[in-house]
Amino acid sequence: MQMGVIMRFLSSLINGVSLGSVYSIIALGYTMVYGIAKMLNFAHGDVIMIGGYVIFIFMSTMGLNPVIAVLAAVILCTVLGVTIEKVAYKPLRKASSLAVLITAIGVSYLLQNVALIIFGADTKSFSPVITLKPLNLAGGKLTILGVTLVTIPICIIIMIGLTIFIKKSKAGRAMLAVSEDKDAAVLMGVNVNRTIAITFAIGSALAAIASMLMFSTYPSLSSTSGAMPGIKAFVAAVLGGIGSIPGAMIGGILLGIIEILGRTYISSQLSDAILFIILILVLLVKPTGILGKKFHEKV
Amino acid sequence: MKNERSKKINKNILNNVITIGIIIIFYAICQIMIQTGSMSNLMKGLLVNLCYYSILAVSLNLTVGILGELSLGHAGFMCVGAFTGAIFTQCTVDIIPNTFIRFTLALLIGALFAALFGMLIGVAVLRLRGDYLAIVTLAFGEIIKNFINVLYIGLDGKGLHISIINTSLNLQDGGKVILKGAQGISGTPQNTTFTIAVILLIIIYMIIVNLIKSRSGRAIMAIRDNRIAAESVGIDITRFKLLAFSISAGMAGIAGVLYSHNISSLTASPKTFGYNQSIMILVFVVLGGIGNIRGSIIAAVVLTLLPEYLRFLQDYRMLIYAIVLIVMMIFNWNPACIEWRKRHQIKNLFNQFSKKKEA
Repeated sequence: MQMGVIMRFLSSLINGVSLGSVYSIIALGYTMVYGIAKMLNFAHGDVIMIGGYVIFIFMSTMGLNPVIAVLAAVILCTVLGVTIEKVAYKPLRKASSLAVLITAIGVSYLLQNVALIIFGADTKSFSPVITLKPLNLAGGKLTILGVTLVTIPICIIIMIGLTIFIKKSKAGRAMLAVSEDKDAAVLMGVNVNRTIAITFAIGSALAAIASMLMFSTYPSLSSTSGAMPGIKAFVAAVLGGIGSIPGAMIGGILLGIIEILGRTYISSQLSDAILFIILILVLLVKPTGILGKKFHEKV
Repeated sequence: MKNERSKKINKNILNNVITIGIIIIFYAICQIMIQTGSMSNLMKGLLVNLCYYSILAVSLNLTVGILGELSLGHAGFMCVGAFTGAIFTQCTVDIIPNTFIRFTLALLIGALFAALFGMLIGVAVLRLRGDYLAIVTLAFGEIIKNFINVLYIGLDGKGLHISIINTSLNLQDGGKVILKGAQGISGTPQNTTFTIAVILLIIIYMIIVNLIKSRSGRAIMAIRDNRIAAESVGIDITRFKLLAFSISAGMAGIAGVLYSHNISSLTASPKTFGYNQSIMILVFVVLGGIGNIRGSIIAAVVLTLLPEYLRFLQDYRMLIYAIVLIVMMIFNWNPACIEWRKRHQIKNLFNQFSKKKEA
């Protein structure tokens, strides 16, 4: 009996870390764009949804290899992200933040409704990309899903890779410079437009990977299935400190654990409400998040 | 100087008279059409909808246009108002027999609760800079629906019984269940009439217009235009932001009470109080002109009637909304577009015309 309780807790914890890893990959897209372009990219969650549909079509309809499907999704999402930036956000670089925000919501709504018209209103059942066998531990009492075994390492690799990219490469350091001070970066010869485009490209590529992992675990795919994970990932980004890459990882994993534990022990219908209360509490107590920097405003 | 000021005030009053005049004329035409029987049933069903959509658009414009913050949970506040108003009416239907008094109290309670929720969210979010309000209100709008769908409320001799998730309320004999989770509230007396809705719309319009012109309204707009400058002349930023936001939420609550007393069965489904509704109200505001109160009413009426009469638009309605949002923003704010608009203003056309004449 005692053993069963512990195992139930452990397996929720592992599921939580797995879900949290997906959130942190999505949160990276938010946090990088927010840090560099100082805007909230509402459409990020919907890029995940588009990525899910691309994988679905390549695999289930055309019967192609999962690896090719995922590669296609990564490429298409990257193109989509950069296009959105070019068409909708770039003309508004100097506009008020309200205008940019409304445009971002427009883009998000556009993607949802284009998907609704193209793919229909019915929920598609996503066939899992990762077909690893579940791992049985402790004599079958603790089962770890195959997706989980892949998700956590992928998340760690992405974090390490991204940190190295930003610290070492020229483009990465340009991103740091733009996020620190846009005008000074221009004076130092950084191409701000290109840097922002690269940021969107990376964020969207990560969104495609996140969609593969997320829909492999939760296989129902519809035109709005990107919206709620998008909001949750934003909560994760705020929790970890918006603009901070390790913060996105910590916030995402914390949020995933809280969600799964809440779903197991409190109520599955109220788990979203719990996350929302956490967001409010974080904003009340420490709005800069766990690893966030405090910005000083210049007049 | 003084003369100029009084001219401006006169212009403001004239503007308000025109707007209220349009509403009253519209109301009179509708009444005449109803009396003579020349109005279709479709249109009759839409009349109250037009009013509460207008109220929603006007109140959201207070947040977006005057305060300069974005709220994506306006349907959520409407939902709070709808449910609290309906629960109040259901509880007091035997105690207060006078419909007018009961409905007025229901309106006040719906507004109060919605404003309270607005206040709660505002306290957490409005003291921060950045786009937090948008995402928090969006989450609020989604979660209030989930919450109501697991909420059960019943009434018996002992008073109200509230239960979450658990469907058994332990009611005494003769007790009635008011709110049945996802099944919602049914059998609320349909007290909303077109006349009441129009009167409320006019009252709310007057309140907002007067608020904008008052000292508080100017403080709120000062915060929108330059936060630091406003702070340095001693404006309490959080207080005024909270004021505007909770008034806006409360008015959405009134729209909700009108809605809940206009239909036979009230449920917290995504179709009635979901994200799409909040976006639709935002589209009313953006198309009518951000900060333009009269424009919001016109846009709400036109965009509600248009899809009903042009059925082929219905499938693409939301797609068109999305495009409206993006195009309007780029057209209004992109430097190249601003330049283009300056060159092609109607005034300039007249100038060119008169120049040609002179030559």
